[in-house]
Amino acid sequence: MTMREGILLFPRPARRSPPALRLRVVGMGALALLIFQAACKREERGFRVQPPSASAAEGSRMTDFQPGPRTPESPVKNEYEDNAYALSEGKRLFQEYNCSGCHFNGGGGIGPALMDDEWLYGDKPENIFETIVEGRPNGMPSFRGKVPDYQVWQLVAYVRSLSGQVGSNAAPGRSDHMQTSSPEQSRPRESPKLSGKPR
Amino acid sequence: MFFQDLSGAHSSVEPATPQAGRIANLWWVMFYVSVAVLALVTAALIYAVFRRRSAREQTAPVDLSPNTNRERKATRAAAVALAVTIAILFVLLGLSFTTGRAVSFLSNESPLEIKAVGHRWWWEFQYVDPVPSRGFITANELRLPQGRQIVLTLTSNDVIHSFWAPNLMGKKDLIPGQESRLIFRPEKQGVFRGQCAEFCGFQHAQMGFLVLVESDGDFSDWYNHESQQAVQPSNDSEKRGRQVFLSSTCVMCHTIGGTPANSNIGPPLTHLASRTSIAAATLTNSRENLAKWVTDSQKIKPGNRMPPNVLGPENLDDLLNYLTSLK
Repeated sequence: MTMREGILLFPRPARRSPPALRLRVVGMGALALLIFQAACKREERGFRVQPPSASAAEGSRMTDFQPGPRTPESPVKNEYEDNAYALSEGKRLFQEYNCSGCHFNGGGGIGPALMDDEWLYGDKPENIFETIVEGRPNGMPSFRGKVPDYQVWQLVAYVRSLSGQVGSNAAPGRSDHMQTSSPEQSRPRESPKLSGKPR
Repeated sequence: MFFQDLSGAHSSVEPATPQAGRIANLWWVMFYVSVAVLALVTAALIYAVFRRRSAREQTAPVDLSPNTNRERKATRAAAVALAVTIAILFVLLGLSFTTGRAVSFLSNESPLEIKAVGHRWWWEFQYVDPVPSRGFITANELRLPQGRQIVLTLTSNDVIHSFWAPNLMGKKDLIPGQESRLIFRPEKQGVFRGQCAEFCGFQHAQMGFLVLVESDGDFSDWYNHESQQAVQPSNDSEKRGRQVFLSSTCVMCHTIGGTPANSNIGPPLTHLASRTSIAAATLTNSRENLAKWVTDSQKIKPGNRMPPNVLGPENLDDLLNYLTSLK
C-alpha cells in the first residue's frame, strides 16, 4: 500500500452544507430548545412567587350579557396549570383547607361536583378565583384574606384539573392517601358549559 | 448557627438514658475492635512490604518445587486468621442482639405515653392524658420528666421521617399509616437536640427538635400550664393582634387554644412564647426572629409550608405583641 492510498482511506473534508440544510438544522435546534424549556417549566418550584396574574380576576364578568355589541374578554393565563408542583400543592391545599369537606374529592355532595362539565359561575380560571375569594350564594364561603393569592391560583389550577382542563403532563398522577377515583392526570377532558341554577 | 451552647446535646456517646448508654457501649466495643483489627492488618501489611526478598534471592531462580512443610504452615495461618475473623463477627453479632433486646424492654411501671407525628417539616408531640381535656399538643419541643419511663408512639402525616435524638435512643422511622414505638427512661436533666434522619424533602436538614429533660416538679408545672387554654390578651395592642391573627391567613393552619383558631395543619401556637425555638429548632424564639418568620419564612427555609405574609407595620407589631404574650 502506497502512502497515497493510505491517505485516501480517510474521508475527504466535508464540504460546506447547502444553506437550506443549515436552516433546517438551526430550526430543529430551536424547536428542541423550545420543547426543553416548556418541559422545564413543568418542574419549576417557586417559593417566593408573585401570583401569575395578580388582580386579573377582578376583570371577570358574571354574565355574558353586555351593553351594545359583544366584545371579547382578555383571557387570563394561569401559569400554574403547566406546573406539576403548583398543581400538587393545589391538591394538598384542597384537602387541608377542607374544600373536600363539601365538594368531596371533586364528585360533589354538600357542594356542587367539580369533575363534571357543569359550571354555575364559570369555568375560566378568573371565575374560579373569584368563586373562592368572593364566595357564592347558598353555601360557598368567602376565603378573602384567609388564603394568599398564589395559593388560590394553585387551587384554581387543581380544580380545573379535576375535569381534565389542564395538560396531563402536569396534572397529579397519584394521591398521598387512598386513591378515590381515577388520577387527575387521566381524567377525560369535559367540555364545560355554563348551566342551570344552584341546586 | 443557633444554639451554640448545645455542644454534646446531639451526641450518641454522651447518653442520657440507660438505653442510649447500652448503644454507646456497643459503639465503643465496635470502635475498639475495629481499631485493633485495622492495626493488626496494617502491621501485617507493613511487615510484608519490608520483608521483601533480599538481592541474592531475587537473582536466584525461583524454587517452585512442592514444599509440604511450608504449605501446611501457610494454610494453618490463613485458617487461624479466618477463624478469628468469624469469631469476632459472631461476638459483635451477639452483642448487638443483646443490646437490641435490652433497649426494647418495657418494664412494668406505668409509662408516660407521648405520640410523635412527623410533618413536612416539623414535629408534633401529643401528650395523651387519661383525662382527655387535659391532653394537649405541642410542637418541636419534647419535655420529659427525669427518671420516668417514656413510651413514644411514632407515626407520620405525609412521608417517612425518622426520630433521632442520639442522647436518648437510636433512630426509629415514622411511617404514614403505621405506628412504631420507642421506649426509654431519661435519667440526666438537660437540653438535647433531635433531628429527622430520613430524607423527607426541602427542609429535611433543618427539621430539628429539642428535648428538655426536667425534674418531676418542673415537668408537672409545665404540664399543668400546657393543658390550659391560651392566656387572654391583656392590652389593646394584644387584642388587635389576636384580631389580626384570626382574620388573616394564620387562622387557616394554626391552633390557639380558647380561640376559634383550631386548625391542625401547622404547629399549634397556644403556648408559643414558652418554647425556646421556632421553625423546628432552627431559630431562637425571639420577637425579631418571629417577625422575620411571619413576614418571609421562605427566605429562611425555602420550600416550607408557611406562606409569606404581607402585613402593615402596625398590624405586624400588634400580631407580634400578641404572639409573644402567649406564655
